[in-house]
Amino acid sequence: MGFIAKRFANFLLLVIIATTAGYLLAASALNPRENFLGRNPPVPENTINSILTQVNMNDQDPVLQRYGTWVGGVVKGDLGKTIFSESVNEEFKNRIWVSFRLLILGSILGAVFGVLIGVISAVRQYKFFDRTFGYSSYIILSTPVFLIAILLKFFAVFINEKLGFTLFYTVGLNTPEISGFELFVNSLQHMILPTLSLTLGGIAFYSRWQRNSMLDVLGSDHLRTARAKGLTKRQALFKHGLRVAVLPMATFFAYSFGLLIAGAAFTESIFGWYGMGEWFIRAVNTNDINSVSAIVLFTAILVLFAGFLADVLTAALDPRVRIR
Amino acid sequence: MKKTLVLQIKSLSVTFPSESGTVNAVRNVSLDIFPGEVLGVVGESGSGKSVLSLSTIGLLPNSARVSGEILLDGKNLLQLSDQEMSKHRGRDIAMVFQDPLSALNPVQTIGHQIAEALLIHQEISYDDALKRAGELLDEMRIPRPFERVKSYPHEFSGGMRQRVMIALAIANAPKIILADEPSTALDVTVQAQVLELLKRASQLTGAAVVLVTHDMGVVAGLADRIAIMYAGKIVEEGPIEKVFENPAMPYTIGLIRSIPRVDESEKRRLVSIAGSPPSPVALPPGCAFAPRCPAYTEICDSKVPDLEAFEGDRSVACLRKDEIAGLVSAGRLYPTEVTKGHVKSTSDVKLLEVSNLSKSFPLLKGNVFRRRVGSVYAVDKISFTLEQGKCLAIVGESGCGKTTTLLEVMNLVAPENGRIVVFGKNVSELSKSERLAIRKDLQIVFQDPFASLDPRLPIGEAIMEPMEVFSVSKSEQLTRMQELLELVGLNPAHANRFPSEFSGGQRQRIVIARALALNPKILILDEPVSALDVSVRAGVLNLLAELQEKLGISYLFVSHDLAVVQHVADYVAVMYLGSIVESGAVAQVFNSPHHPYTKALLSAVPIPDPKVEKSRERIILEGELPSPINPPSGCRFHNRCFVTKARSETDQAKCASERPELRIVEGAEVSCHFPLLK
Ligand SMILES: Nc1ncnc2c1ncn2[C@@H]1O[C@H](COP(=O)(O)OP(=O)(O)O)[C@@H](O)[C@H]1O
Ligand code: SF4
Ligand code: SF4
Ligand SMILES: [Mg+2]
Repeated sequence: MGFIAKRFANFLLLVIIATTAGYLLAASALNPRENFLGRNPPVPENTINSILTQVNMNDQDPVLQRYGTWVGGVVKGDLGKTIFSESVNEEFKNRIWVSFRLLILGSILGAVFGVLIGVISAVRQYKFFDRTFGYSSYIILSTPVFLIAILLKFFAVFINEKLGFTLFYTVGLNTPEISGFELFVNSLQHMILPTLSLTLGGIAFYSRWQRNSMLDVLGSDHLRTARAKGLTKRQALFKHGLRVAVLPMATFFAYSFGLLIAGAAFTESIFGWYGMGEWFIRAVNTNDINSVSAIVLFTAILVLFAGFLADVLTAALDPRVRIR
Repeated sequence: MKKTLVLQIKSLSVTFPSESGTVNAVRNVSLDIFPGEVLGVVGESGSGKSVLSLSTIGLLPNSARVSGEILLDGKNLLQLSDQEMSKHRGRDIAMVFQDPLSALNPVQTIGHQIAEALLIHQEISYDDALKRAGELLDEMRIPRPFERVKSYPHEFSGGMRQRVMIALAIANAPKIILADEPSTALDVTVQAQVLELLKRASQLTGAAVVLVTHDMGVVAGLADRIAIMYAGKIVEEGPIEKVFENPAMPYTIGLIRSIPRVDESEKRRLVSIAGSPPSPVALPPGCAFAPRCPAYTEICDSKVPDLEAFEGDRSVACLRKDEIAGLVSAGRLYPTEVTKGHVKSTSDVKLLEVSNLSKSFPLLKGNVFRRRVGSVYAVDKISFTLEQGKCLAIVGESGCGKTTTLLEVMNLVAPENGRIVVFGKNVSELSKSERLAIRKDLQIVFQDPFASLDPRLPIGEAIMEPMEVFSVSKSEQLTRMQELLELVGLNPAHANRFPSEFSGGQRQRIVIARALALNPKILILDEPVSALDVSVRAGVLNLLAELQEKLGISYLFVSHDLAVVQHVADYVAVMYLGSIVESGAVAQVFNSPHHPYTKALLSAVPIPDPKVEKSRERIILEGELPSPINPPSGCRFHNRCFVTKARSETDQAKCASERPELRIVEGAEVSCHFPLLK
């Protein structure tokens, strides 16, 4: 289909632009040489240069040459070396799964409950349900993410104390040296808090958007037509309102999922999950140009791919966008 | 009352709570609807027509407080639950809404939406329902109906979607079809088609049609009976011929006389009703029309007049109803002013000459790299001349290039193609200072008086604003502003009030005053009365005529409303798809149109006179305006032209391949190979 092929070409172009910009920015803003300065005993200049050259981060080489080397690796599937001379690919593999575990569940739950609450809030505009969730959402949205995470932690510790055993774990992926069913349950216990901290934000966010979009549809002429045909309010809502109202959410969800990868940095740090977000913070702090670029590349692909999927999905659901 | 009723509305009142007080949307309305009749409900915007029809079909918003009874087969619909009422909706009572563009679900096929209406009330299979949907589209004269059921609403034009809405309405052969402004959002030629279909719909199903509209002309051709609403009440009701011929309530009399008509050959001052409709939160104590009524006496404030029987089969709500006829014949009510006629300025000084003006917009494609794939000609080689003290009107349906033409003139820069000469100067040779000087003499008034005034600026200051730019002294500004307010019929003492304190008609007067501040030679008017209520339009039109007489100013007037054009203009240019198809003196063009499109356009305009309207032969054009992106070959009108269709094959081929040049035919300039002759 021409539509998809065209979108895909666009998508590839944008990924290239975003990563190039990302690499050049990282290479000019970060200074890996700093890592070796001021050490005691001082590291000899030659050694520094050879280490930096080995990881392709020597600022004495022209930036375009380094970029060329990096791209040469990337097209072969090699993301280069970290500043600690380890493989970026390895680090990547370890961390991506950690992030996905957290994000997929967190965003899906956030979106699903957000949409649901948004729809009900719109139908019950200004009623108790709407007001309760309205105020809660504003409070959550105006509270910084790390504060929510820390509050959740306090709350969990408090409950654990009351219960006398550990229901919620506050740090890490799982307790080491266990296996089988026990590991599974234990992992879940570790997941609850970080997932919740992401989900709450998601619900707050999506429910507001969905409420507005639903209100638009509720007041729309075509819903009135549906009722004039003889559908009850509820039937009209389900048969004609929902699809139109949820449509814009698809694009929205897709893009925000992509962005969350880096956005979950605080949550990951606070709960001791060594995922992509936490890696990004660390990479910036250690002037690790290659790691930063790898994360930028990954995020760009993810955001754009999500957007691409969203477009295809919207086209499938909305005849107005098809074949234009 | 021997005939059985399909629906009976008894003492219906609807109010809405609001911050500024209770909104009295419908007040004590009683109305009988008979089987198979067409009842016209006419009123200005805000008079409660829509609320009345929504109450009938049970779709009022939750905040509405309703009292009274609406009886269908002896059952009071107002007491039914949503579930019970939904059994009647679509089956007994169906509705066609005003805006066809948004009334259909954008993500479902047309066929599915019609089928759904059938499936709700009938025990049939989906396939049968879909087939029936095709048949209904066919009945609504939609070409290739069985393919079109698979289309989505956005693939249909406005007129087509309104046909779909009518098809939906008749799907279950209802007893009553409520049509709320069904043709208001459409162009005149399409409006004529839709009204025709509405008539057909009622004949097919035997349903009674309640036609709700603000347009007297629309009801005149269609309705058997008419009910006139004012401020939430029915003020007069009866058989349409009698009401039009011999209106009894002062508001009705004024309304009927205030409407300009296309079929009038001589110019008259319109009757204008003073003031504007009352706010529904602060109604006068007695008759709601009292503050504007020329027959007002103190008793009119004593109580709200009831709708009472009058001359047999009519009813009227007026406390002085038996005296009104006498007042009218004595010439004491709305005396018709002596026609002063337009200034017979002998000077044929040409203020504005436009020749071969073209304007195209690039047609772009692609997302990342937009490229030009062609051009859309919004205006294609048009020429016209405006003489001093005259009014030239450009008429045409939406999208024919009227506004683009005005903007090109206002720009005062060299056009893409052709020549614009203003006050004897070619705009492509103007220096900066000359251009500024010309701007002073060329002012514009837009359609929407609400959008063109800054709500935070007192009106006096708004009027002085243009003078500020041309550094007129403060004291001069003040005197001029006072003069201007007086000139446009407003009280100079109100200069420090804000626009929100004025009604639509008054605001348009303010906008006109502002445009006149610098004593321009040409006033450009873009649909100046379209956004105004019917009863205040006449006032603004009269003002324009008066200003022309007093100031000798020239107007370049743009409108889609032929009746208004016929009323104000001296010369008219009819546009179709970016070109002028006919131009000449108004009387000539309107009395004996030469171009088939002009003729069809005139014939599509409803005339607010049931006798004339019902007896006249109408030309109903097929199809809708083609898109200017892809204009027809040859004569751009050939795919809709009724003249060419009746001619020989060689003639038809000529129309389809050769673009006709403008030439003089019986004194008018016409672009047609086979013009109509006297
Ligand atoms: N949902 C509503 N809430 C408050 N006021 C309303 C509502 N709907 C209509 N009205 C008011 O009721 C009056 C009559 O409105 P409407 O029936 O729409 O007039 P029309 O159809 O004749 O233009 C207007 O003053 C309008 O502002
Ligand atoms: S009741 Fe009085 S104010 Fe009202 S229309 Fe009749 S004469 Fe005029
Ligand atoms: S040129 Fe032919 S098609 Fe065009 S208006 Fe005249 S008769 Fe009709
Ligand atoms: Mg209305």
